[in-house]
Amino acid sequence: MTTPLDVSGQAMEAQPEAVLQGTGGKAIEGRSLGQIAWTRLKRDKAAVAGAVVVVFLVLVAIFAERPFGGLIALFGDSPNIPNNDLIDPMTSAPTAPLGGISLEHPFGLEPVNGRDIFARILSGAQISLLVAFLATLVSVVIGALLGVLAGYFGGWIDTVISRLMDVFLAFPLLLFAIAIVGALPDQALGMKGNALRIAVIVFIIGFFSWPYIARIVRGQTLSLREREFVDAARSLGATNRYIIFREVFPNLVAPILVYSTLLIPTNIMFEASLSFLGVGVNEPQASWGGMLTRAVDYYQIAPHFMIVPGLAIFITVMAFNLLGDGLRDALDPRAR
Amino acid sequence: MVAFIVRRVIAAVLMLAVVSAATFAIFFLIPRALGQTPEGMASRYVGRDATPEAIQGAVKRLHLDDPLIVQYGRFAKGIVAGEDYSLGPRKAECPAPCFGYSFNNNQPVWPTLLDRLPATMSLAAGAAILWLIAGVSIGIVSALRRGTALDRAAMTVALAGVSLPIYFTGLVSLSVFAYTLGIFPGGGTYTSISENPIAWFQALVLPWITLAFLYAALYARLTRAGMLETMGEDYIRTARAKGLKESTVVTKHALRATLTPILTIFGLDVGLLLGGAVLTESTFSIPGVGKLVIDAIRGNDLPVVLGVTMFAAFFIVLANLIVDILYAVVDPRVRLS
Repeated sequence: MTTPLDVSGQAMEAQPEAVLQGTGGKAIEGRSLGQIAWTRLKRDKAAVAGAVVVVFLVLVAIFAERPFGGLIALFGDSPNIPNNDLIDPMTSAPTAPLGGISLEHPFGLEPVNGRDIFARILSGAQISLLVAFLATLVSVVIGALLGVLAGYFGGWIDTVISRLMDVFLAFPLLLFAIAIVGALPDQALGMKGNALRIAVIVFIIGFFSWPYIARIVRGQTLSLREREFVDAARSLGATNRYIIFREVFPNLVAPILVYSTLLIPTNIMFEASLSFLGVGVNEPQASWGGMLTRAVDYYQIAPHFMIVPGLAIFITVMAFNLLGDGLRDALDPRAR
Repeated sequence: MVAFIVRRVIAAVLMLAVVSAATFAIFFLIPRALGQTPEGMASRYVGRDATPEAIQGAVKRLHLDDPLIVQYGRFAKGIVAGEDYSLGPRKAECPAPCFGYSFNNNQPVWPTLLDRLPATMSLAAGAAILWLIAGVSIGIVSALRRGTALDRAAMTVALAGVSLPIYFTGLVSLSVFAYTLGIFPGGGTYTSISENPIAWFQALVLPWITLAFLYAALYARLTRAGMLETMGEDYIRTARAKGLKESTVVTKHALRATLTPILTIFGLDVGLLLGGAVLTESTFSIPGVGKLVIDAIRGNDLPVVLGVTMFAAFFIVLANLIVDILYAVVDPRVRLS
């Protein structure tokens, strides 16, 4: 009972709920927001399920193709290789029952050319997640920066940034995106084909969805700048730059994390919509939305071709939404 | 109040000017930066195999060789005051609001747009009524019965609803209700209401439900969250403490505060949809504004794309304006200065 370590050990036993199991954690110390959030998140079964699915999907996308692995190769079929011998030339549907679902083709075969749907779903997952993550990154960087500036400085800076947000929100984003991507030449900016299209899609989504992040960040900053610790820093002579990045910004990490988690599924949907409308990535590169467009013509003879990519989008978006909702509830200091 | 409205209207007009300039810049500046010449642009009007004279004529007639800023000025003037494309004997007057002519069929863009508007409006109006009623009532019931099996079930369905791509729900509903069960007609059967109201209704039932399902899910979540927040406010406790019936507390005190922001979002969503429900219209082949723009993009029809984008932006700005003004009327806390 004489060493601080002992005290800590005693207190830990008395408090079964405490999460401070790490060495050097003092029992008297209050739990940080991160620790409270972590305990809450672990208790939220839906959020945990969402997180598990998200991690699984990200791993699948990373390890789908060489060089990192070869989940697709595991089933022996590349996403772009046709299997014309497995297709009934009369109906264009796979000859085998259930759309050709078998051990070799766990999700069946595409009508007409018999490409392996499993391989194409994995390949599409890469596109979906890549676009969604990068676009979210773009909008979070722009949104967080402008939101903090607007909220912290106020005055004309706030007016200009807020008006800018209004203008951006007044753009019919989907129309705009399909117009720009649809008018893209095959080669520009030193890139060509799908690389160019992906870059442009990422840029458009990111560049037009930053106001959603900026609004949240601005609101939070408005209240943070009135807090005592900011006054304290200022009275000690801290520069604006120091206050923004060292005092205000750490407090914004939680809301930014929550809203970027919630922005990712929106962006996944957005990419899928563009592909569905025929202005996403080009064939033969697989994309979930693009598969659904093709499924429109065959859903009577090959319903599996519609259901598999539809469910892929649904499960992915739902998982991110569950995780995002869970994070929000866990990180919200007002939540009971 | 009048000053407030005038100020908001001026702001809205300015906003449209900015949006139109940005839209114009993106559609004309970027192609030119990527190496598109005025002749290349003009050849889209007169067809690929046109004679050089015909192309030069089109360049002259459409002033495609002017600096872009002048072209934008002409574009903006065309919207406000109309434009005269006549050159020599060829008469081509384009009354305001003039968005130019389609590359593909040489029809003026504005009448084409107006022609497509009723289909989009039918779709948006029917769906909006459905989702507002369904979404808000589910949200309220869920909030009042918080934590019960009913609440959990409703919120699970709502979460699924916001996670389902609308074209997937549309396709599944088409395949189940139109093709397998044959209860409703399939896609591409839209008939205008003046032609045949019954066929109009039948063709729109599935699109309405599909579109409304997505939004109802969203609104149920929003309403529930808003309601729960309101029910935790001090004034609700005060109302209960002074002995009001629970039903009065809910309807007179809680609902009013919850519904105001919902109605704001509702206005904006309807405004957005009027500019074209692109995904729903293309899933069900409804000949609305959204289908028009998709077809225009496939056919590289720049003026139509530009026209629809401006049209959609107009509805968004208009909805913003109306919502702002209504908000000032409804919510006494909004300062008019």
